[in-house]
Order: sequence, then C-alpha cells, then structure tokens
Amino acid sequence: MAKSIMERHTTLERNITLLALFAFLVVAIGGIVEIAPLFWIDNTIEKVKGMRPYTPLEQAGRDIYVREGCYLCHSQMIRPFRDEVERYGHYSLAAESMYDHPFQWGSERTGPDLARVGGRYSDAWHVQHLSNPQSVVPQSIMPSYAYLKDNPLSPGDVEGSITAELKTLKDVGVPYTKDDLANAEADLKAQADPNADTSGLLKRYPKAQARDFDGNPAKLSEMDALIAYLQVLGTMVDVNDATAQEDLAKEKGR
Amino acid sequence: MANKRIDEATGTETMGHEWDGIEELNTPLPKWWLYTFYACIAFAIGYVIVYPAIPMIHGATPGIWGWTSRGQLDQEMKKEQAERAPILAAIAKTPLDQLVTDEKLNRQAIEGGAAAFKVNCVQCHGAGAQGSVGYPNLNDDDWLWGGTIDDIAFTITHGVRQAADPESRMSQMPSFGKDGILTPDQVGQVVSYVRTISNQDKPSASSQAGAAIFAANCAVCHGADGKGSQAVGAPNLTDGIWLYGGSVAALTNTVTNAHYGQMPNWGARLDPVTIKMLAAYVFSRGGGKAAAPAAAPSGTGTGTPAQ
Repeated sequence: MAKSIMERHTTLERNITLLALFAFLVVAIGGIVEIAPLFWIDNTIEKVKGMRPYTPLEQAGRDIYVREGCYLCHSQMIRPFRDEVERYGHYSLAAESMYDHPFQWGSERTGPDLARVGGRYSDAWHVQHLSNPQSVVPQSIMPSYAYLKDNPLSPGDVEGSITAELKTLKDVGVPYTKDDLANAEADLKAQADPNADTSGLLKRYPKAQARDFDGNPAKLSEMDALIAYLQVLGTMVDVNDATAQEDLAKEKGR
Repeated sequence: MANKRIDEATGTETMGHEWDGIEELNTPLPKWWLYTFYACIAFAIGYVIVYPAIPMIHGATPGIWGWTSRGQLDQEMKKEQAERAPILAAIAKTPLDQLVTDEKLNRQAIEGGAAAFKVNCVQCHGAGAQGSVGYPNLNDDDWLWGGTIDDIAFTITHGVRQAADPESRMSQMPSFGKDGILTPDQVGQVVSYVRTISNQDKPSASSQAGAAIFAANCAVCHGADGKGSQAVGAPNLTDGIWLYGGSVAALTNTVTNAHYGQMPNWGARLDPVTIKMLAAYVFSRGGGKAAAPAAAPSGTGTGTPAQ
C-alpha cells in the first residue's frame, strides 16, 4: 500500500532503530553547519601580522593565570560593542587567541576584561595590585595573590618541563620551532633577568619584553611570569595600524 | 489509515488505532500556535536573505543588507564622533588658560576628562582621584610637578620617568641607605629631622644631627626649609602629605631605598584633546593652582577653578 507523503513519517515512528538513525542525521546536519565552517572560513583562520607564540615565560605565566582561576572573573574577549571598545580598546580578533590553549574568552566579567591589558599599567602597579588589590582599587573584591612573589617559578616542578610543554603545544598546532624548543629553558630565565643576553630571545620572539617584572631581579618568581604574560596581552597585533583597519573595513559576512 | 472515526464526546477525529479499546484523539494544533510557527519559518527565510547566514568557502553569505557587527560598531562610533566633534573642535582650539575661564566649554571638558579619567587613570589615582600609597592624590593642592593647568597637561603628556619621552618629568632621588651614602644611623637621624619639620615629632638630639645631614644631602632638591621643589619633582616634606607614608618605618624605607614612581607618557597614547580634557578635569578637582602672573596673558585669576 503506497502511503501518502503526509503519512510516511509513521514508518520512522514505528521503527526505533530507524528513528534513532534519522534523529542522529538531522542533529548532525545542525552540528556540521555550525561547526565545520569554522575550520575554513577566513574569519576564524585569518593570519594577522604580529602574532607570535608566547615566550616560555609568558606561557608559564599563562599557566599560573589558569591555575589561579583568573578566568573565573576575567574574560579576554572584547566584543565589537561601543561600550566595550570605549572602555577596553579595539575589539578582539580571532587570530589574537590563535595560540591560546585553552582560550580565555568568556562573558562572565566580575573583573574587567584583560584582552588588552598589556602595557596599560607599569610592572610596579601589577605587583602592588596582585599583592594587595585594594591598595590601588579600594572597591575591588579581588583576592590577594601576594604569595606569587615568594613562589619560585618552577613550571611543572620538573627540570625541562617548559620544553615539554612547548612541545605539546607544538603538537596541537602552535608553531614553535626546533630552535625555540632547544632554548626554551634558557629563554624562560633570560626574559626576567635584566643582566641576561636577550638577543636570541628577541630573535625568536619579536618584540618580547625582557626585564625584571616583579621588582626583585635576584629571583625568578611566579609573579615575574604572570606579569610578563599580562604585559603581552593584546599587544602583539597592531590593530590600529592603517592596513589592519582597511582589511577590517572590507570584511563581510560576520 | 483505517478505522478513523469522529469521537462522539469531543467531536474530534481519532488517530485510527486502538489497543484494548483505548483510542487516541488526533487533536489539531491550536490555530494561533500553527500560524506563529509558519510565521517563524517565513521570518527565518527572510533573515537568511538579508543577514549573513549560510557558511561558504571564505565566509558566510553576506546578506543583501550587508550588515556586519563590526560595521554597525563603526557606524555607532562615527555617529558618536560626529556628535562630539563640535565640542572637541572647540576645546582643541581653545588654549588651556582660556579653557578654564570659559564656563560652558570648561564644564564640557571636565565631563569628557572625567570619562577619560575613569578609563585611563583610576587604576592608579583611584576612582575619586584620591590616589594611594605611591600614587599622588589629585584632589589636594600639594603638587609634585606643578599644579597649574599647563603643568598638569605637560605631566599627562610626557609622563613621569619615561625613558622613551625625552621631555618626561625626570628626577632620581639617591637610595641613600642602599647605596651607602648614609649609614643606617645617619638615615635614622635625617628621618627624625624630617619628622620634626613635618610637625610629627618634637626636636631631639637625633633630629639636630639630622638637620646637618639634611642640609648637606637633601636640601639641594627638597630645599633648605624642606618645602620641596616642583622643578625637580621633590616633594614638600613639611605639609603632612606623604606619597609613600610619613611614619618612621616608611620614611626610613624611602631614604634607604628611593622610590621611582612612574606615570605613562599619555601623549603617545591619547589624542591632544583628551589630554586637554583630562587636564581640565584634574585642575577642577580642587587643588588647581593659578598660573604665575607673568605667564597668564589675560591676568584674570584662575585660582578658583570652575566646577
């Protein structure tokens, strides 16, 4: 008996296996349409001038940022709205978090967005603020992270673990070179040591900021790493550069 | 299907199947629900046509309206800029000393400055410009580098101790203790003296010994009377206003390890009009100083800034 088109669905509804199969197919279409294009459309894979992988010290600082749960209150994603752009600076580009594993986007902002915090404050301010937030922002509810200054920086607590970390990041797509990996341990120490030779570091990581960050040159502390990370946030890409602005103006379909 | 019939009690058609005498009514969807559903489908089709929707090779279909979130932001910013433009232009062409006497324009500049202050300055100088340890209070009339509106604008533009800006406010107090210029005993004596001239302690033998050390080491910048010098950013030590604290411990620390507070050279980051508005705002906080008579062409007093 040929069923009319309006009654064919009863076949599916009476066969549990077929129903499961077709339900899966329909849901999969939704997923593919939403997720798959992210792997090829320009918006999400565009390369932007200036982006480089994090230096070992910045990456170690990033680990501390994640360990301390900074992301629970701070996002790193400035959305293209006037209020956000006027407060935090130019909206974030997808490429600016291309080397972030895991990314630090978010919409929960108990504290301000940090996507462009780099260079906004002095290192001394960061040390004071992380040690006692209320001493510079009386109404702040941020807890104190003074102990970071006392903790020696020992990423993973194992000699050579920063090299292993960069290697892992390389495996997931961050373009660290053999040279980067071979010098990771040395670069980690050199970036926060005002007396170290940083020419190799600056060649591997253009425009990296090398200096003592926590106000105690004798010690490589977790504070050094965290501030090195905070000071680079949002500074790699010159978004206000004329050609970048021109490219952004031409974009359609987002 | 077979066996469809109209149920007598409800007047509704049945589905046409029954198990053990139980039948199912085929109650139609409410009309309002059905038409809302159709309207949603129609809306979705329209949305796909006019807005970015279907992902293609390089990006989504742009939609016939060509809307982008970034484009919308751009329009909003341009609209806002256009609204502000006449005021900003007026502020731009008004010299600072005339700005403070133009009541309406000054009020607008102060408002604009307050907004810029919230974004760029509150993190160090505090939400009420009250400062904190190491960051000067901008509400009082105690100035490190000068409190006329021109001085304030200059400090904002060039910053404090910025190597990148040759005109930056620059001074460097020696670390008298750390660098071995004074012994710990001598540091203690000079601290006693400083606490005496700031009326915190009564003169003592220690402070008298400190007076000679002060005259030899400190007076060159802080002045023989300890009232400081704005030319070199040396704070007034007699007024009870302290940047790093006036207790014995804080003063000993300051004399032993000098502090080098920094402020960014905002001229490299903010446009001149914003800096002017910031200067007007800071000047209006209550501590603004009138320009020296020789420097004020109009000669009108600006000692009481308009609020």
